[in-house]
Amino acid sequence: MRIFKPLFIISVFLYLYLPMVVLITNSFNQSKYGYHWKAFSWKWYEKLWHNTGLMDAFVNSITIAVLTAFIATILGTLMALAIHRYKFRFKNVAGSMLFILMMSPDIVLAITFLIIFIALGIQLGFWSLLIAHITFCLPFVVITVYSQLKGFDENIIEAAQDLGASESKIFSVIIFPMILPAVLAGWLLSFTLSLDDVIISSFVSGPGFEILPIRVFSMVKVGVSPEVNALATILLVISLTAITVVSLLIKRKNSDI
Amino acid sequence: MNISTFSSLINFRRVVITLTLSWLTLFVLLPHLMVLLTSILSPDSEHLVVWPITLDNYTRIFEPIYANIFWDSLLLSGTTTVICLLIGYPFAYFLSNMTPTLRVVLLFLMVVPFWTNSLIRIYAIKMIIGKKGIINSFLLTTNIIDTPLQILYTDFAVVIGLVYILLPFMVLPLMASFDKLDKNLIEVGRDLGASAVNRFIHIILPLTAPGIIAGSLMVFLPAMGMFYVADILGGAKTLLLGNVIKNQFLVVRDWPFGSAFSVFLIVLMAALLAIYHRANSYIQQKGGLDDENL
Repeated sequence: MRIFKPLFIISVFLYLYLPMVVLITNSFNQSKYGYHWKAFSWKWYEKLWHNTGLMDAFVNSITIAVLTAFIATILGTLMALAIHRYKFRFKNVAGSMLFILMMSPDIVLAITFLIIFIALGIQLGFWSLLIAHITFCLPFVVITVYSQLKGFDENIIEAAQDLGASESKIFSVIIFPMILPAVLAGWLLSFTLSLDDVIISSFVSGPGFEILPIRVFSMVKVGVSPEVNALATILLVISLTAITVVSLLIKRKNSDI
Repeated sequence: MNISTFSSLINFRRVVITLTLSWLTLFVLLPHLMVLLTSILSPDSEHLVVWPITLDNYTRIFEPIYANIFWDSLLLSGTTTVICLLIGYPFAYFLSNMTPTLRVVLLFLMVVPFWTNSLIRIYAIKMIIGKKGIINSFLLTTNIIDTPLQILYTDFAVVIGLVYILLPFMVLPLMASFDKLDKNLIEVGRDLGASAVNRFIHIILPLTAPGIIAGSLMVFLPAMGMFYVADILGGAKTLLLGNVIKNQFLVVRDWPFGSAFSVFLIVLMAALLAIYHRANSYIQQKGGLDDENL
């Protein structure tokens, strides 16, 4: 048992990281097919730079992920607030909708989005992707922020109300600073989910606005070029940087409180 | 309360509530209802869907070709769920007993792969298990085998890919339920002379049952939809439900039939959720112990 435990954990991480290692190694491998190590080379990074189709898809993916993260976080925080603080009609309907959103398999959500966009006449492309991504990230932001809201002292808010603070003032001065760590965590979660998504994006993206998984998927049949390895490596570096910044912010905020 | 604070209360409140309800109605409630409606309409090449209402789409699901795909898909998802559970359960258990710092680090490491899109990761798996991939070249050079193993383009490869993508979704709910587990109960069991096996069967397992069911729910249903995993790693005959749905929507353009399949998935989800709630309330009722004579 003593040896089994670390061995088991290491094997699980080996399984999770082997594909990543292959991607990163091959991005520096001069050999095209990537089955054997030939020599160190930056050539795939150079080729990637000149591959406008792939670069556009990459920039589009990052744009969607960042926008999704910001909007889903704002919207989700407000929803968590509404559900936690206010009594209103159809509140339980709202709760159920968020629950369904969280539990539904991606393929089902993908269809619901496609159908509503066609019905509303929203053209498939940037806006459809953005709306779909925001929507499937929402429940995760709501649940993160809501659990933090449940944790804090209601007396502070009542005191503020008694002293005549307005609702928006209470939110911006008292509630928001207290839930900031959860809000940042929600941002991170949305960014991650948006960047990782394949299924929903496949249904709601149009020819005018291509994002990374769609582009790569169209390459799979003919063989994915090693530029994709370089791209995956860059993506990882960018994300790790973003994540480090956000977690430092969370840490600082936590130590403030 | 003076007039201005009163009006600002109304406004902020009203804006937030309106926003919440309208977004969820427009992009969740309405679309789900429309899938339901689409599934009982007739397909049309020009307008996608037309009246009259029909149940043909549902009866077609039971035609042998589709019934077979459905069955295969259930089997692949089931296998994936069981493997995720077998790996995820001890993994979550070990993690829950670690120091908070180590735990956070390991959980973080689990999320890192998500930042390269999952499609790209599945493609990397293809490079690993292919005929000339790392696994085969390792086994060949060490003379363990003398002809390359055919792993790629089999059902097994699809399961490897599905487990790879979905394992974190099994681990997270399990972690949550291990965190809630009252360690004193296990101590009491030990003091009363229950063996390790008995402590596991009568205390740990029932108490973590909600986590097991929640985790399985997060793996089993999504697995059936992962068409790209079957496309990249599976053989010509390996189809998941997701492949059929995608094909009906994006290629054949028979939306009603594709919708009928998804309604099937939704019904399955509802059934599994009902089981989850039963298990949860059962555990709360009995205080977590499955055997009153224990």
